[in-house]
Amino acid sequence: MSTAELLSQQEYKYGFVTDIESDVIPRGLSEDTIRLIVAKKNEPDWMLEFRLKAYRHWLTMTEPKHWPNISYPEINYQDVIYYSAPKRKAALASLDEVDPELLRTFEKLGIPLTEQKQLANVAVDAVFDSVSVATTYKEKLKKHGVIFCSFTEAIRDYPDLIKKYLGSVVPTNDNFFAALNSAVFSDGSFCFIPKGVRCPMELSTYFRINNSESGQFERTLIVAEEGSHVSYLEGCTAPKFDKNQLHAAVVELVALDDAQIKYSTVQNWYAGDEEGVGGIYNFVTKRGKCAGHNSKISWTQVETGSAITWKYPSCILQGDNSIGEFYSVALTNHAQQADTGTKMIHLGKNTRSTIISKGIAAGKSNNSYRGLVKVMPKAEGARNYTQCDSMLIGSNCGANTFPYIEVMNNSSSVEHEASTSKISEEQLFYLQQRGISQEDAVSLIINGFCKDVFLQLPMEFAVEAQRLLGLKLEGSVG
Amino acid sequence: MVTELQKENSYQQAFRGLQESEFAEGSSRLSQLRQGAMARFVELGFPSVKEEEWKYTNVAAIARADFQPLVSSELVPSSQPELEQCVAVPETSASQLVFVDGALRSDLSALAGLPHQVVAIDLGQAMADERYSDIVRTHLARQADYVVNGFTALNTAFIDHGAFLYIPKGVIVEAPIHLLFIAKSERIANFPRVLVIAGENSTATIIENYVSGPASEYLTNGVVEVVLEEGARLEHYKVQRESVEAFHIATTAVGLGRNSSYDTTTITFGAKLSRHDIVVTMDHEGAECWVDGLYLVTGDQHADTHSVIDHRQPNCTSHQLYKGILDGKSRAVFNGKVFVRHNAQKTDAMQTNKNLLLSNDARVDTKPQLEILADDVKCAHGAAVGQIDEDELFYLETRGIHPDLGRNLLTYGFAEEVIAKIKLDSIRNELDKAVLHRLNARLEA
Repeated sequence: MSTAELLSQQEYKYGFVTDIESDVIPRGLSEDTIRLIVAKKNEPDWMLEFRLKAYRHWLTMTEPKHWPNISYPEINYQDVIYYSAPKRKAALASLDEVDPELLRTFEKLGIPLTEQKQLANVAVDAVFDSVSVATTYKEKLKKHGVIFCSFTEAIRDYPDLIKKYLGSVVPTNDNFFAALNSAVFSDGSFCFIPKGVRCPMELSTYFRINNSESGQFERTLIVAEEGSHVSYLEGCTAPKFDKNQLHAAVVELVALDDAQIKYSTVQNWYAGDEEGVGGIYNFVTKRGKCAGHNSKISWTQVETGSAITWKYPSCILQGDNSIGEFYSVALTNHAQQADTGTKMIHLGKNTRSTIISKGIAAGKSNNSYRGLVKVMPKAEGARNYTQCDSMLIGSNCGANTFPYIEVMNNSSSVEHEASTSKISEEQLFYLQQRGISQEDAVSLIINGFCKDVFLQLPMEFAVEAQRLLGLKLEGSVG
Repeated sequence: MVTELQKENSYQQAFRGLQESEFAEGSSRLSQLRQGAMARFVELGFPSVKEEEWKYTNVAAIARADFQPLVSSELVPSSQPELEQCVAVPETSASQLVFVDGALRSDLSALAGLPHQVVAIDLGQAMADERYSDIVRTHLARQADYVVNGFTALNTAFIDHGAFLYIPKGVIVEAPIHLLFIAKSERIANFPRVLVIAGENSTATIIENYVSGPASEYLTNGVVEVVLEEGARLEHYKVQRESVEAFHIATTAVGLGRNSSYDTTTITFGAKLSRHDIVVTMDHEGAECWVDGLYLVTGDQHADTHSVIDHRQPNCTSHQLYKGILDGKSRAVFNGKVFVRHNAQKTDAMQTNKNLLLSNDARVDTKPQLEILADDVKCAHGAAVGQIDEDELFYLETRGIHPDLGRNLLTYGFAEEVIAKIKLDSIRNELDKAVLHRLNARLEA
């Protein structure tokens, strides 16, 4: 059996569609669409202004198609449905009023929302198409002063906080997809950890796209006040459709003095079939600002899904002694394309950043790491260490590395290392000789290759990620 | 995305002038080539910082300066032996071609030390000579692509004089061949063009040397094309010590034959703004190359290196080490692309870029880049920007060496890793001295 000969698609088990009546607005994007979304969501005028400003700027921008190492047919932005919500009767007082069909959907996805079955010690905000359908453990979190709710509720209940922080890290005019998101975002999660609080449980958002015609534009904002600590998880799946869906999210993190935010993602959007038909276009802007001294933001991502991934979770290291981390495993198979990496912008003194990126390409996929480490003149004593390793499985895939390093003072030190290799025949042989089957041996080697990243994930996620990687690659090495 | 050429610039004027002169007479193919390249240059213009390849290097000053292309007929032949005195290399006293303001000076050149089979003549002469015109036609402008690079197009439009080196099959040249380019006139644009053809199983060493005579502000826009045939071995040193007011833009394009070996070292000390594009194409199996360099800049100098190592066939090996030392308000740019094409299995590619920042106002932008489309390969790259290691300094201190001296020793050692590769004593010693001079340092207390 030769490498790549046995390429077979493991059935995407989250590919089912929930049959539910939805409240859908007409296709297309205009100022009226935005007014309609605002009206549907009963948003105040300042939100309308925020959105319109973003929309007007978006009109002047062009899609970033020339620099990323990805290609896709023209997206018709007038053919997308910008708002799709499961129909509901009235405002929800408790989970009991959530449509049982929705509860079943999330249960099937492994995210039970009903009280008795909830995941121990993980609070979940479940987002279905454009809206948040339920948030668990809200009350318990409230006791600690932690605010964790859907964005819609946050705009209604905490307008001052939203006004202060929304767009403070990713401005509305930041880039094409961020501007689009700012104009039409429908929901998302808001999380606020007050001064000195260590969030008692993991917070998480689970995103599900169900409607084949709608895009998902959600927004996440996490604010960690002085000395606080939070760990946040994000998961996502979508049904199998022959059409591509657009997912353009924005995530903003703000860490004040001594605060720590850990943001983990296991991304498993539908990736399209073997020929690259269908799948999600995952065009996401994620950025964290270490605004305070000694603050720390850590991104961990396991990117296994999506037809196209375009995302660069970044850290702006503004406070002195702040720390930015980026741990990533990006796996592409079949016709998937990924152009992902990070930006570490060192502004404050003695800021430190670590980048560990592992790319695995199989099938005829294309996997690129693109990163920027920028040390500004005032960032004395800044330090960066970057390691990006790629592994190629089969000879029809591509692995690329585009690291940009810009250093503007002489007290900083920046290191970058990258390597590309394939699974060593010797290692495989050694394991097989010890009676381990070929598939298990490959899975073992790959998990070892990604260990540096998996170690950063919370336990349940790490197990899930390892399993996912095994499934995704099943049969691709022989 | 290009700098608009508003009106006809000095290059277009000079080109038109030349078209009317004897310049146009040569072979029709050459004249077509020149015209095509000029048309391309007019289309492209000078690159702008909006282009990814020129993101960190702004050449607006070159466009503004509107240097005057010097055409051969305007040359005033005056012997100035002191010019070559200042750059005399004893090892090559009988194997050198000297160019002053772009034109070959046979009075300063000497070729007695070369085997008789070796051809080392003016490129213009080679084009006119029927013995060589075919081989020139086969290779000229085939390695260096003028379709994307405006500067290469400009050089190609002004192809006239330059060096033509032909080392026939099996010939081993002991004496290093020295190509010395001296800039003498102020505010001119030089377009040196070199074509090197190393025949099957031949062996040679070439030194490409750029210095400034009395001139300070000028543009050197050179293109060097190198072709290695099967089993050829070539060592190629490039030493760039232009005036600190000058602009130096150069392209080195190399094509490697089967089992050939190409070892190049580029030393960049001079020029206010320099840019070196080095492209090594490995289109045949079993080739190996070493592409190394050192840039040492200070003041407001700007040194940019863009390299492309293109593995197109299986079983090729490339090694790359570029080092930089920056002082003052200088800037350095490094972009190293390594491509491994679809079927280039068993490729072994290693690339390293290390930068030492001596001053707080210096700036480095580095971007090593790997694009790999084959799975059975070994590729790695590394880049580092930093300072002298405190531990190393401490070690020297414990041995009674003053920290200032220790710092110099370590900096010198950092540069030495590249300079030591040069096998010509006189050039190596001179570069050593230049490094020490740049560091304002002596190695004794």
